[in-house]
Amino acid sequence: MKLTKTGQKRLVSNSITYGMVVLAFILVQIVDSTGHLTSSLRGQLVPICAYIVMAVSLNLTVGVLGELSLGHAGFMSLGAFSGVIVSLGLRDMVGAGPLRLLAALLVGAVIAGLFGFVVGVPALRLRGDYLAIVTLAFGEIIKNVINTIYVGIGPDGLRVSMSDQASLGLGETGTVILRGPMGAVGVDKLASFGAGIILVLITLFIVLNLVHSRSGRAIMAVRDNRIAAESVGISITRYKLTAFIISAALAGAAGALYALNYSTVVARKFDFNTSILVLVFVVLGGIGNIRGSIIAAAVLTVLPEMLRAFNDYRMLAYAIILILVMLTSNNDRLKQLRWRFIARFRRGTPQQEVDHE
Amino acid sequence: MNNLAKMVPVPSRAIIPERDLGSTPILEVSHLGISFGGLNAVEDFNIIVGRTEIAGLIGPNGAGKTTVFNLLTKVYQPTRGAILLDGKDTAGMSTMQINQAGIARTFQNIRLFQALSVEDNVKIGLHNQFKYSTLNAILRLPRFWDAERKAHDQALELLSIFNMEHMANDTAGSLPYGAQRRLEIVRALATRPSLLLLDEPAAGMNPSETEALMANIIKIRDMFQIAIMLIEHDMRLVMGICEGIAVLNYGKIIAKGTPEEIQANPAVIEAYLGQKKEA
Amino acid sequence: MTFLSYLVSGLSLGSIYAIIALGYTMVYGIAKMLNFAHGDVIMIGGYMSFVATAHLGWPPLASVLLAMLVCTVLGVVIEQLAYKPLRAAPSLAVLITAIGVSYFLQNAALLIWSSNPKSFTSVVRLPSLKLFDGQLTISSVALVTILACVAIIIGLTFIISKTKIGKAMRAVSEDKAAAQLMGINVNQTISVTFAIGSALAAIAGVLLCSAYPILMPTTGAMPGIKAFTAAVFGGIGSIPGAFWGGLLLGLIEIFGKAYISTQLSDAIVFSILILVLLVRPTGLMGRKISEKV
Repeated sequence: MKLTKTGQKRLVSNSITYGMVVLAFILVQIVDSTGHLTSSLRGQLVPICAYIVMAVSLNLTVGVLGELSLGHAGFMSLGAFSGVIVSLGLRDMVGAGPLRLLAALLVGAVIAGLFGFVVGVPALRLRGDYLAIVTLAFGEIIKNVINTIYVGIGPDGLRVSMSDQASLGLGETGTVILRGPMGAVGVDKLASFGAGIILVLITLFIVLNLVHSRSGRAIMAVRDNRIAAESVGISITRYKLTAFIISAALAGAAGALYALNYSTVVARKFDFNTSILVLVFVVLGGIGNIRGSIIAAAVLTVLPEMLRAFNDYRMLAYAIILILVMLTSNNDRLKQLRWRFIARFRRGTPQQEVDHE
Repeated sequence: MNNLAKMVPVPSRAIIPERDLGSTPILEVSHLGISFGGLNAVEDFNIIVGRTEIAGLIGPNGAGKTTVFNLLTKVYQPTRGAILLDGKDTAGMSTMQINQAGIARTFQNIRLFQALSVEDNVKIGLHNQFKYSTLNAILRLPRFWDAERKAHDQALELLSIFNMEHMANDTAGSLPYGAQRRLEIVRALATRPSLLLLDEPAAGMNPSETEALMANIIKIRDMFQIAIMLIEHDMRLVMGICEGIAVLNYGKIIAKGTPEEIQANPAVIEAYLGQKKEA
Repeated sequence: MTFLSYLVSGLSLGSIYAIIALGYTMVYGIAKMLNFAHGDVIMIGGYMSFVATAHLGWPPLASVLLAMLVCTVLGVVIEQLAYKPLRAAPSLAVLITAIGVSYFLQNAALLIWSSNPKSFTSVVRLPSLKLFDGQLTISSVALVTILACVAIIIGLTFIISKTKIGKAMRAVSEDKAAAQLMGINVNQTISVTFAIGSALAAIAGVLLCSAYPILMPTTGAMPGIKAFTAAVFGGIGSIPGAFWGGLLLGLIEIFGKAYISTQLSDAIVFSILILVLLVRPTGLMGRKISEKV
């Protein structure tokens, strides 16, 4: 098929995004094989992939749909715990780790996606800060509820209780998966960096293809002008829900990946602060800018580790960097300087492009 | 409401072009009204628009003209009255359903998808013309490529009505004012309406642009064989291309007729002169 | 009797939420921004009072005044340094900056006072009130908190409806540009709003720590979120809304804990919030937003 000018530009831009991820994977493999990868950084590889998926999926809600979400970690949590339950539940039936991981990711995505629908419905009636507070409330509810759930596997299948471990009535043969506030213990570490990179690539494939399609245009139309979108026959309900569900499902998969990298997982890990952290990735990477989300998620996950030299001061430094970046990136005089700088390199007129990638 | 009273249709003294007499009028509005906080913004609004008519809706500022458009497109749900589109009742429909049923519009304060390209704006107008599912989009199945190619061709063809093909890749928000107004018309046309509502299409245009717009409105009517209803303050445009005109003042129709009749109507002259005195 | 004692604790907790929510809602009404660092100003207020009483041996009332003074200055400084340069920036950029300020305050407190919880001595050192032959005990802190909240809402209503600065605040919240054209100093008005909000946060901080005497760098975070919820619950930007929203949230939380489930109390609070917003999409007292077409 003959590509249009925008089509070609888009193809190049998308290729850069995918290429960047693949290249990063190869580089890390090389550094690792020569023994230069510190163990703390190696431990960060899977979380980085999970956070990239979180950031890209949140960008779908915040950047493409234009709705602020303060509870994205809630979907991650749902994916994490349903993923853990599935992976442990299948332990005796499916031997192969990768297969169990795949099942965990899929179930995590489906469960989180279902809840994306549940949260998406009130989202239809609410706007702006009121919607943001509902997403925040949702995240807190999920955290609170998971903290009180006990799940175990007995000979006859899965058992769930809201009171305590004993009431599961598992007997001697059963295993307890989820212990209320203690979280999930004895999780199999099925996740790997390779699997993480594959999930990142699938996420990119889904989000980029969605954005540049009829559905993606409809979602952006709802964002840019709701009334105009309705006036050309677009269903606000349908496309808001589409964006919410896909975003939530991807966050669920990210949660499952994240959880299966640790032997213990607690619900507190996926609290308001995590939602905010991912939102920071999205905003610093550029709202609506998918490639920016990837870079911001990776850099900002590694940054606190890099700042370890400052020890006690590192989180303080992180906070100051965050404030300074926001202040400088929104300063008009600096913005002009930057455009002039870029223009000199391009030897053309300073042209502000709207970049979707 | 008195259930015992026998309701009889009130003749609305409607006029439509003779060529449209044989077919159902595209729009029949009777006793349409809406109140905001006890105030009647539009009251007892009646109009019939022929299938290929170019109709005008004029009146002083604040007369309720845009409110009528908002009622017709269900941005506001009417408090009273009925709107028949192509003979079918539109009661209970949403803005989206109204568009799918055949009414498309532009807005007084331009409402483009600013951050998107001109072509994408038109393609969004084509949303219901070339359909494929989200799954098709994500997996890039043949259906996607086929529909996208057709949408691309169709978008450029529609843009060519106003000679705007070369702007296809520009960002909508970066276009000059006049071009933004024209793009809004193209986007509305893309939804294949049978009735096109234009809210002050010539606002902010210079005389030569307005001249071209008048020709283009007639061209669009002839090409697509649709009805067009427009709100406009530029009397040269209204008197030049509208076949039937309704005059609104304080939410009520004060006159209806051909351009000649309207120009000679004392009530219309007073409404406009009265406004001039205040200003 | 137990019902009455729950009612009092609910009102007392609700009063704390209301005082914090007032700060959120005033800043939102005037600067149109969610000041996520507001909860951490509460924590700073708590520490100030703690330092004054425990280390410097000041009397309780003086420690409250110190906390108010420090928080007022802190609030104005934060506004000037971090938020003022972003007046024209997208609201998300301001939100992220506020989050940055929140991280900054928490980590600064962590460096100064460490993460070890400090046990806070209540600033209210009066005996508890015993009613119905001792069947109902009302702690003096609870009583003072409720009274303080009522006094604050009355004072604030007076300032906003009667004084010059209050009128300026209302004008700026309606239309910043028009207010400027009418000769109102918008920047100064916003600063005053931050000052009042932060002084209230200091009071809330001291009362919170007096009622729940554990002080940590993260002490302000959860009450901050709850109070923000209360402000939205009541209709953000509305002062009576913040008052009633705060009280209701406190009551729901305490009664939820008492009669439904201790562990699920947060889930109950937030579920009710979602339900209320579904029925009233702009909160209990929020103005209906309509879009001009």
